[in-house]
Order: sequence, then structure tokens, then C-alpha cells
Amino acid sequence: MTSVAEAPVARVERRLLDGELGLDAHLARHGRLPVLDGSQIIGMARDAGLTGRGGAGFPVWRKLSAVAAGGGAAVVVANGAEGEPASKKDRALLAYQPNLVLDGLQLVATATTAEGAHLYAPKAALPALRALLAARAAAGLDRRPVTLHAAPDAFVSGEESAVVSAINGRGAVPADKRIRVVQAGVGGAPTLVQNVETLAHLALIARYGAGWFLSAGTPDEPGTFLATISGAVRRPGVVEAGYGVPLGELIAAAGGATMHLQAVLIGGYHGGWVPADPALPVSRQTLQPYGASPGAGVIVALPAGACGLGETARITGYLAEQVAGQCGPCINGLPRMAATLADLAARRPRAGLAAEAERLARLVSGRGACHHPDGTARLVLSAMRIFEADVAAHLNGRCLAAEGQR
Amino acid sequence: MKLHVDWTACDGRGVCTELLEEVLVEDDWGFPVARDGQRSPTVPPPLEAAARQAVDRCPMLALKLRSR
Ligand SMILES: Cc1cc2nc3c(=O)[nH]c(=O)nc-3n(C[C@H](O)[C@H](O)[C@H](O)COP(=O)(O)O)c2cc1C
Ligand code: SF4
Ligand code: SF4
Repeated sequence: MTSVAEAPVARVERRLLDGELGLDAHLARHGRLPVLDGSQIIGMARDAGLTGRGGAGFPVWRKLSAVAAGGGAAVVVANGAEGEPASKKDRALLAYQPNLVLDGLQLVATATTAEGAHLYAPKAALPALRALLAARAAAGLDRRPVTLHAAPDAFVSGEESAVVSAINGRGAVPADKRIRVVQAGVGGAPTLVQNVETLAHLALIARYGAGWFLSAGTPDEPGTFLATISGAVRRPGVVEAGYGVPLGELIAAAGGATMHLQAVLIGGYHGGWVPADPALPVSRQTLQPYGASPGAGVIVALPAGACGLGETARITGYLAEQVAGQCGPCINGLPRMAATLADLAARRPRAGLAAEAERLARLVSGRGACHHPDGTARLVLSAMRIFEADVAAHLNGRCLAAEGQR
Repeated sequence: MKLHVDWTACDGRGVCTELLEEVLVEDDWGFPVARDGQRSPTVPPPLEAAARQAVDRCPMLALKLRSR
């Protein structure tokens, strides 16, 4: 772990969300995209160490190379679905700095020699984007026309294969992964699906260089990320910071905690619970011991007095409702897991209740067309660990939060 | 070889768990689960013939053998 002395700049810092609104302001501030060829774009993404901001954190240059190697008529997709209820950052980005996303989309189209470019986002965001695309066309900005698609409001609608299926006109449900979308996606063409924030970072890297990008974040996890902070904070909303930013600084940037915090959910509904330690750096490396990761930057602060098991049961119930009814272990396992958590939260103890929650979590993991069961299991397992004392109390018919002991 | 289950197709009637009981067992709902706990369980060479048979007999064409 990095010691305090050698800790790099990892502070709240505005890059994406800086600047005035509108195309004129965008061009005045950042100028037009420099002319770059495909290998230059892929090289810059690699040198910058840019990773996906949609949750999985996969290196962008590798996906770009894979799709470029597919040869010929590739397709690129900007994914702004943001099906996660606790996330607001992609909506914020599309509302305040959509030009960065559209610039990034053109860059990845060039890098993969794509013919088709698509932007997939919630319906409410589309009218403004349509007007902006027209203004950009009039300014001679976009070499490839961009097609807009409405993302349904469902948790799994932003999963990569669901995005492809939606654009193919078959409904936003995930597909089997034996053939990956980078091989055959939209219209059967090699397809690159990239989160809108990832594309916006690429648009800045193309202008200011990999070295500039590396000056934020940690050496292993460079750059800034958008965090959506909610729960027991004074000003819930979207904050931008370098990876490795201490949790306390993120909370402070959201106006500070409204009361003492007992735990924080990081990485969203597919994420993990971590202790509310203000010094905890938010990075993959430091969160991994908790089974968590920054994911798509969702942070939910749980106040003292709230029951972590109750909150986990509520989220698990929601996730069980969001199952795209396709895969047996997910269709059956998630509702069962939710019911088990609900019993635990409501202090309806029975023999083996806690062990049953963990068994189900392990049983469903890896057994679906998408990672929805795995993500749900991760949340449940992290809750069983961090709320261990609450589990023990609930099994004895008591609740530490209700008794004011948390 | 590894066994891949297309979960969007599998209906959990358990033909494969009978033909390939060394590799697969039924979960709480009848769906195949790998004994080795892997997402795509490894099929040892002596069981490859049985695995091919399971692939051929799966009524939903949900099973595939793949080299990696
Ligand atoms: C259930 C589920 C939901 C997802 N929802 C989104 C989403 O709303 N937006 C998004 O960008 N990625 C989402 N993802 C991740 C995508 O599958 C994919 O990894 C991502 O769009 C790739 O872009 P990136 O590499 O730039 O992050 C989801 C994944 C899963 C398993
Ligand atoms: S794993 Fe669950 S959410 Fe994902 S495709 Fe299958 S049924 Fe749908
Ligand atoms: S035989 Fe095919 S459909 Fe039946 S349980 Fe096995 S994989 Fe599923």
C-alpha cells in the first residue's frame, strides 16, 4: 500500500465536469479534436492507463485493439443507460458536458474504423442530444453520424449485451456470452460498448495527453472518476475526484455527513459495504480486501441508527425484482436470497439462516448470462461480513441499530 | 475441454446432470452446477465422450464444449 509520504495527488478535482454549458463554450475551452489516427488513439488510451468507468474497470486500449483487429465494419456504442438507481453521474455528464462524450465516441470510431456510431441513453436525455448533434453537424464536427437509442429504465438495460440487443431491436436483455460483442454485436459486426464517462475522459486525453491524465489518481489507477454520493450526506450529488481520494474527502465534497456514519456502500448495488473510515482511499487496490471496488463510482453513506441488514435486504429485494427472466439460477436464486435477507433483517430467525444467505450467494455466482447474480451475491456477502455483529444480534431477536448501539 | 452452459436456454430438466454426474450436480431448482465450482467446469479427458453425449442430448441446445 502507498504510504502517506508518497501518496500521489488524489483529491477532489474537476476535469470532466468543469466549464460552461454549450457547444460554443466547449469549443472555446477545448478546441476541436486534434487529428489522430487509430494507432495514435489506442496508444494514448494505453499510455494513459484509461479504464472503463461503467463498472468493470477494463483497460480501454485492449478492447479498442480487439475491435480494431476484427477488421472492417465495426460499430461503436456510447453507453449512457445508467440503470443503477443510486447512480446519477452519466445523466449529469450527458446534461452538462455531452460534447466530451460525443468527441470520445468519434475517437473510438476512428480507432476501430467503425462505420456505425450509437448513443444509448435514458429517453429524457435524447431531445437535447438530438439538438446538439444537429449543431455539431452544422459545425462540421462529427465525421460519423450518431444514432440515438432510448435505454429502458431497468437495472440490467445497460449491460453490454443488453445494450447490443436493444440496438438490434430485440429488447434490452442480456445474451449468452459464448460469442462476445467485440466479436459479433450490433448487426453482427464487431462492437465496442463503452461507458459515456470513459469516452469523455478519452476526449480530454486526446487534447491534453496521457501525461496530463496521469497527473491525477494513483500510479496504478490514474485519472479522475465521477462519484455519485447519496445517503446521509448534506448535498447528495455528483463529485469528481482522482482514484485514491480518501473517502472522507468525497463525503466532505458532498456537504459532509448529516450524522455519524457506520458504513458506506461503494460500487453501487453490485458493490460492497466498507467501514466509514474517512482515511480509506477509494481505489480498486484499497477496496479489494472488502470485496468492493469503485465500480461506477456509486457511494451510499449509511448513518448510525439505520440497520445495515435492513438496507441490504431492501436493495437485494430490488435486485431480485430486476432479474431479466432468462436464467434459472438467477430467476430462482435471487428471490430466494432476497427472502432470506428479509427474514434476517426482520428478525425472523431460524436455524442456519445466516449460513443459508451465504450458501445462496455462492450458489448463484457465475451462473447467469450476465453478472447480475454475481453482483448481487457480492453485496450480500459483504453485508454478512461487515454487519457480522448485527447478524448475531438479529439471530437473537435484537437489533443494534434500533437499540442505538451503531 | 470446458463445458459452457447458455443459461438463457437451459430449462433445468437435468439431462446433463444424469449423463455427466462426475462433473455436474443439480442445484436447488434442478439446474446444473459444477462440482468444481467453476463458471465453465473443466471436463477431464476420460469424460469427454460423456460430455459430448450430454451436449448432443441437451434438449435446449444449451450446452457447448469449448477448448478454453
Ligand atoms: C447488470 C449490469 C448492468 C450494467 N449497467 C451498465 C450501465 O448502465 N452503464 C454502463 O456503462 N455499464 C453498465 N454495465 C457494464 C457494461 O456491461 C459494460 O461493461 C460497460 O458498458 C463497458 O464500458 P466501460 O468499459 O467503458 O466501462 C452493466 C453491467 C451489468 C452486469
Ligand atoms: S443472469 Fe439474471 S439478470 Fe442476467 S440475463 Fe440471466 S436472468 Fe437476466
Ligand atoms: S440438459 Fe441442457 S437444458 Fe437440461 S439441465 Fe442440462 S443444460 Fe439445462
